[in-house]
Amino acid sequence: MSAAAASGNVLLKYLPVYFSLLAIFLVEVFLSFQHFSTGKLVVILLLLALASASLGLMYFMHLAEERRSLFLTLIPATIFVLLLMNMIWGDSVRLLHMKPFAQ
Amino acid sequence: MSESDVAVHGHGALMEGSPYAIPSRKLTMWLFIISDAVTFGAFLFAYGYIRFAAANWPRPFETGSILNVIVMTFVLITSSLTMLGAVDAAKAGDKPKAMRFLFSTMALGALFAALHLREWFELFSRQITISSGLFGQTFFSITGLHLLHVISGVIALLVIATKYSRDTLTPGHVETVGLYWHFVDLVWMFVVPLVYLTNIAH
Repeated sequence: MSAAAASGNVLLKYLPVYFSLLAIFLVEVFLSFQHFSTGKLVVILLLLALASASLGLMYFMHLAEERRSLFLTLIPATIFVLLLMNMIWGDSVRLLHMKPFAQ
Repeated sequence: MSESDVAVHGHGALMEGSPYAIPSRKLTMWLFIISDAVTFGAFLFAYGYIRFAAANWPRPFETGSILNVIVMTFVLITSSLTMLGAVDAAKAGDKPKAMRFLFSTMALGALFAALHLREWFELFSRQITISSGLFGQTFFSITGLHLLHVISGVIALLVIATKYSRDTLTPGHVETVGLYWHFVDLVWMFVVPLVYLTNIAH
């Protein structure tokens, strides 16, 4: 098989990932029209978005095929920084109820 | 290593190999993507902070807007698939096919930007602008930053495709710009649920 002919198969290889991403997105849209509380809806949608992002990262961006040291260098550090940003939520909820800072 | 060895083999032989076994341009793109992911993360966390702290957050998105977002998402995810085709064809040495896929990706990116602007103008017609309170400021900041990335990506793809067609750049460069394009797609997967789907008018 020539290299050019082999290149035609790549789209077939990634079609399951492509359809999975579309399906996850359509599930998100469906859920957003259901009557969940905003907090519950955000958590569900974020989990589905994380699943989509993981698929894209591992297969479309080929991180699954790279050397593991690249994954271990990039991803845990990014997750750590993003987790650190979560320190704001307590203050956000305080503002919602207009409560003063704790003495 | 003697000076003559350096003259023959270059300084590269004195350097350590990449611990990640990837070219430096690809590693640089990964580092850029990580820094950009944290930037978008900061924007989205700031949006979340304001969204939750506000008792009466507007929900301006009607079914028409959501249909537009569904089409936009379909276009962007499909552009990632055509980008994969471009990278693979370039690596296989099939330049005409790679160029067709690259131009398909650019066309889909331009279509996404046009749909995005259509959505913006629809909001403008309802007096929702960047000046209309916290919703307008956060919505147009986040979607504007993403739109800027899409437009930059289309321009980058155009430059890379032009130079690749003239043999100035290699398939490796196509792969590197492909990483950026997929990242733009990934960010959209967080923007849509947080900014659009939690603000549907019921």
